[in-house]
Amino acid sequence: MSKHPISIDEELAMFDKPQNVKRVLYTLYACVVLLLAVDLFYHKHGIFTWESSFAFYSVYGFVACVILVIIAKYVLRPLVMRKEDYYND
Amino acid sequence: MINALPPAMILILGGLLVPLFKGRTRQALLLLLPVISFINLLLLPHGSHWVYPFLSDQIILARVDKLSLIFGYIFHLVAFLSAIYALHVDDTVQNVAGTVYAGAAIGAVFAGDMFTLFVFWELLTISATFLILARRTERALGAGFRYFMVHVAGGLCLLAGIIMHVSQTGSMAFDLIGLETTASWFIFVGIGVNCAWPFLHPWLTDAYPEATITGTIFLSAFTTKTAIYALARAFPGTEELIFIGGAMAAFPIFYAVIENDLRRVLAYSLINQVGFMVVGIGIGTALSINGAVAHAFNDLLFKGLLFMTMGAVMYRTGKINATDLGGLYKSMPWTCGFCIVGAASISAFPLFSGFVSKSMVMEAAALGDMRWLWFILLFASAGVFHHAGIKIPFFAFFSHDSGIRCKEAPPHMLLAMGISAVLCILIGCFPQYLYSMLPYATDYQPYSISHVLAQSQLLVFSALAFTLLLLAGIYPAEIRSLNVDADWIYRKGCHQIYRFSQWAFNGINDWADRIFVQQFTKLLAHFFEEPGGNVQKYGYRLWVETSGIADHEEETVKQIDRRSRKSTYPVGGGVLLAVMILALTSMLLFLR
Repeated sequence: MSKHPISIDEELAMFDKPQNVKRVLYTLYACVVLLLAVDLFYHKHGIFTWESSFAFYSVYGFVACVILVIIAKYVLRPLVMRKEDYYND
Repeated sequence: MINALPPAMILILGGLLVPLFKGRTRQALLLLLPVISFINLLLLPHGSHWVYPFLSDQIILARVDKLSLIFGYIFHLVAFLSAIYALHVDDTVQNVAGTVYAGAAIGAVFAGDMFTLFVFWELLTISATFLILARRTERALGAGFRYFMVHVAGGLCLLAGIIMHVSQTGSMAFDLIGLETTASWFIFVGIGVNCAWPFLHPWLTDAYPEATITGTIFLSAFTTKTAIYALARAFPGTEELIFIGGAMAAFPIFYAVIENDLRRVLAYSLINQVGFMVVGIGIGTALSINGAVAHAFNDLLFKGLLFMTMGAVMYRTGKINATDLGGLYKSMPWTCGFCIVGAASISAFPLFSGFVSKSMVMEAAALGDMRWLWFILLFASAGVFHHAGIKIPFFAFFSHDSGIRCKEAPPHMLLAMGISAVLCILIGCFPQYLYSMLPYATDYQPYSISHVLAQSQLLVFSALAFTLLLLAGIYPAEIRSLNVDADWIYRKGCHQIYRFSQWAFNGINDWADRIFVQQFTKLLAHFFEEPGGNVQKYGYRLWVETSGIADHEEETVKQIDRRSRKSTYPVGGGVLLAVMILALTSMLLFLR
């Protein structure tokens, strides 16, 4: 039996090419810059005062995710991670 | 009255008839049942139907109003989609359990009294347990057993509350209860078990990933959403729910980041989404309750869709751990696309369904000036994108190439996923149809420039954080592991109780055995070998000690032995007994 018994359309395998991955990343960075630029010119309305300050949501989203990952990796994982057969003894 | 049937009847009775059919007929029946049941529901006008006197009050099999109807509609839709998805399953247990389970949920949301609610509530537990056990692995057996025990405990708590409530108020009607009496607390916690509140939640993350591929699709839909309905009916505006919901929205995302089993990631994400609904009910304004109900409606679709895509991956590859998957976008492009739609919906991207409902809860929190809650919910919104929105599609379909090459999901699965995905986008683009079904009339507008911009910033910068953390190597690598949760209390903690009780009770047992069984009985046996002789010898020795006269001691003892062995007493035994009884009675008379 061959390693890949099912033939698939390798044309689809666009993310195997590093330049395509780079394109995705550049698109993301472009979105980031664009959203910040829009934020400079458009005055957002919110219920809380801080919602209309510059890049509040951007900073909050970024910081929240970094904190989330740091806590999950360095605090929660050492506390709760066990071997897969932990409950089976 | 109308020529319709009670809402739950068609699915439950029809589900029980399923074993009589085989092959294509059974498949057709499984698909038709939700459709017929839905048409039946459309025939019902608003109001209470099938009202029967029961005990001191009455039972109401169908209370039809806007709140129960929207849950009824979406439950039927999801039952239908799940039936399509599960079309290949030729397993009587799953076919019956899935259909009955959906029927039980529909029965519960239309129940007008607590007794009917309780009956359907328990039926949910029983049928769901079979969907877990049907996986027929040792782990599924354990998880199913724990699921059943937790829900039976929750159900009993609910029943205790109902009985207390009925005896206090004399009314069985299931309406606004509020959190004032002890009875209401019991009902509250009983519902909370099904709602997966923190510390009551591990049945969900334990059992759902262990159920069958199609069973999980059914499971993810009904139990928690029925509980949301019950809370919306009985406890709207209860402040405690705000804290509970906030905790539910926040804590599971940490677990989801480090979890390896992708269906378990979705299970944690399910608790996170239910948290938003619980908060909405807790705030209790028209906007927030609308938001909670709308979010339940949307969550049923997009969470179902995400579970379906992961189920399809599992169906084709036999694997579900992030460590074993990756690069599947080449093999399963359609599934990958549907998964991304589900991920965008749960993350509340503009034009996807989550956006139009989650924002209602957020805005209600802001309008109530609940600042901390608002920050927590915003954190949870960023977090859910992080783990459900990016992690699920990324580790399953992209990431490193796992080398797995498989076929695309079967057509019926693709169809179920496709319909769900289209609905997610349609609701996101045209929310007014959803809004018109909500319990309170609303002219809420999710699409303002400020709101779209704010949400886009939040999500794009979350994506940026994910990308940078991944590129920097800080993002936690997936590890084959198990993360302990609150179920440790009854899966491991109870072992300590077991050990302690073994030490304590077996200790007492050993001690009692030594004293009573071995030493005391030996003494008794020795005494009763010759009871008469022993008493005489004891009395004689006492007399010898006190009087000091020790003449012929040995001889006398021998004589006592001889007499007792041969029963040759100078006085007959019967006479002795008679004299003793006379002496006793006269003594008692004298004492009196």
